[in-house]
Amino acid sequence: MSTRRTDRRPRTYRSRRAAGKLGYYTTATALAILFLFPLLWSGWASVRTSNGFGLANYRNMVHYGDGIGTYLMNSVEVTALTVAGTLTVSLLGGYAFGRFRFPGKNALFLATLAILMVPYPTILIPLYVLLGWLGLQNSLLGLAAVLVMFQLPFATFLMRNAFEAVPQEFEDSAAVDGCGTFATLSRVMIHAVRPAVVTVGLFAFLAAWNEFFAALILLNSSDKFTLPLAVVAMEGRTFGSIDYPTLQAGVVFMAIPCLMLFLVLQRSYVRGFMAGALRS
Amino acid sequence: MQTTTVSPQDAPPDAGPPAGARPGRRSRRATRRAVSGWAYALPTAAVVALLFLTPLVLVVWMSLHHWPLLGNPTFNAPQNYSELAQNNLLMSAVWFTLRYTVIMTVVLFAVSLGLALLVQNPRPGVGLLRTAYFLPAAVGFATASLLFLGFLSSAVGPVNPILQHLGLISAPVDWISGSPGGALGSIVTLVTWRFAGFNMIILLTGLQAIPVELYEAARVDGANRLQCLRRITLPLLRPTIALVLIMMITGSLLAFDQFYILTKGGPDDSTTSVVMVIVREAFVRFDLGSAAALSVLALVVLLILNVLQLSILRRRNDS
Repeated sequence: MSTRRTDRRPRTYRSRRAAGKLGYYTTATALAILFLFPLLWSGWASVRTSNGFGLANYRNMVHYGDGIGTYLMNSVEVTALTVAGTLTVSLLGGYAFGRFRFPGKNALFLATLAILMVPYPTILIPLYVLLGWLGLQNSLLGLAAVLVMFQLPFATFLMRNAFEAVPQEFEDSAAVDGCGTFATLSRVMIHAVRPAVVTVGLFAFLAAWNEFFAALILLNSSDKFTLPLAVVAMEGRTFGSIDYPTLQAGVVFMAIPCLMLFLVLQRSYVRGFMAGALRS
Repeated sequence: MQTTTVSPQDAPPDAGPPAGARPGRRSRRATRRAVSGWAYALPTAAVVALLFLTPLVLVVWMSLHHWPLLGNPTFNAPQNYSELAQNNLLMSAVWFTLRYTVIMTVVLFAVSLGLALLVQNPRPGVGLLRTAYFLPAAVGFATASLLFLGFLSSAVGPVNPILQHLGLISAPVDWISGSPGGALGSIVTLVTWRFAGFNMIILLTGLQAIPVELYEAARVDGANRLQCLRRITLPLLRPTIALVLIMMITGSLLAFDQFYILTKGGPDDSTTSVVMVIVREAFVRFDLGSAAALSVLALVVLLILNVLQLSILRRRNDS
């Protein structure tokens, strides 16, 4: 704007700028309200009851089906297994791809990235059959294994880049101190790649906690349902008359961990999206 | 801007031992490093081979068989494929999915780019605005779909009362299941709400890679905002635009959650997507072979599309 300083009518210009500013903030704020409104409504609807406000909807939700505790534990189990599995496999793989030279390295790395090229709904049917052969059908472990596979291209890519960026001196001085490759990884390298670990862990958490489609296909008894499946089943319980308030209590219950993680780990979120965008 | 971080910027990390080491020791050390490397890559190799490459082969194998949900498969090729041609629901689902993809991509892209341009420049409060637009993306997609089930419902949703209050509608409307147009509109609203902030962030990173000097120079030359947008922003943003378009198109072609949860494919199968037909073949009609054949076709189409899009993206990146 500095080039406009020569404007002959500074007054008009200034007031026009003020009007522009007002217009900008009005539009931007109206849009922000529009985007936040459904979230706020959901929170409000979840505490609204027939006689004012209260936690009755949450009480209904807690006692739904096998009890929300069962579904919560299933979700926690799938999420924990997925996060642990993704971190373990991608940390070791990222170390291998980032710092070692071995035959078949590029082929394996490309095969891992190729998972992105194959739309995952198209391989869930064979995965359903395959897990049956492995005795992992309708099991939380089987679902977690599949989710680890879906997370792997992103996680491996991010880890490899993180390991590649570590200066060679780190490795050399660890070797001087008598560290083998594993001690180098577990004592030195892991600290250098911590941001990538947080990002991979965050995205694995969100993917597992929120996964609907794979869970729908791979889990078929209601005692194995994760939270999204259970809440969707809540929707269909009495056809034609959905218990919306209880449903919104479930929505809030599922959304809160995600929103809290977002507020705490905003930076890792953005880093993850950038990496996700870079992968192509 | 997309390629720089991909290529290693540091010295090759697996550089050999210090110069002067004897060749024998060097190769022995290299072999030992190679063995270690393979050991660390082994879990990745196991997951990729077992859970990715095997199902990829298996889906083709299954598509050549009559494969009931329970019972033994029998070879019946190419019956699964030829029967797909007579599947009327599939034909309408293909048509709907294509239409949905076009509408969704246009709407979502316009909103995402608009938001990105709106919060492009640093000003007071812009961080809060970005957070507000992005916050829906922090909620799981299935969760968001369930939220909209209530939000758009005529039973408890606030949309009808607000529109009635504003005088835009005279009677409550059943947005989700009242009419095919309403169902599609509900889905488009939901997906835009959930994904606009996500795409805004990616477009923002592209916008921030454009040198400020270009805008300053243009302003000196007397260019107005619209000219800056057309002559500088859009051309330089092209690789990022291509990227978000690819993600939007692939995502829309594979859409499932939003239809399954919000509209259940209705009313009258008007919002049944291709992936919903795959699931129906497998778990409603118990015909895994037919579902596999449809999966193979979808896979081939999307792979071709991916390769095409990537080559376009690369060409634009180079130029």
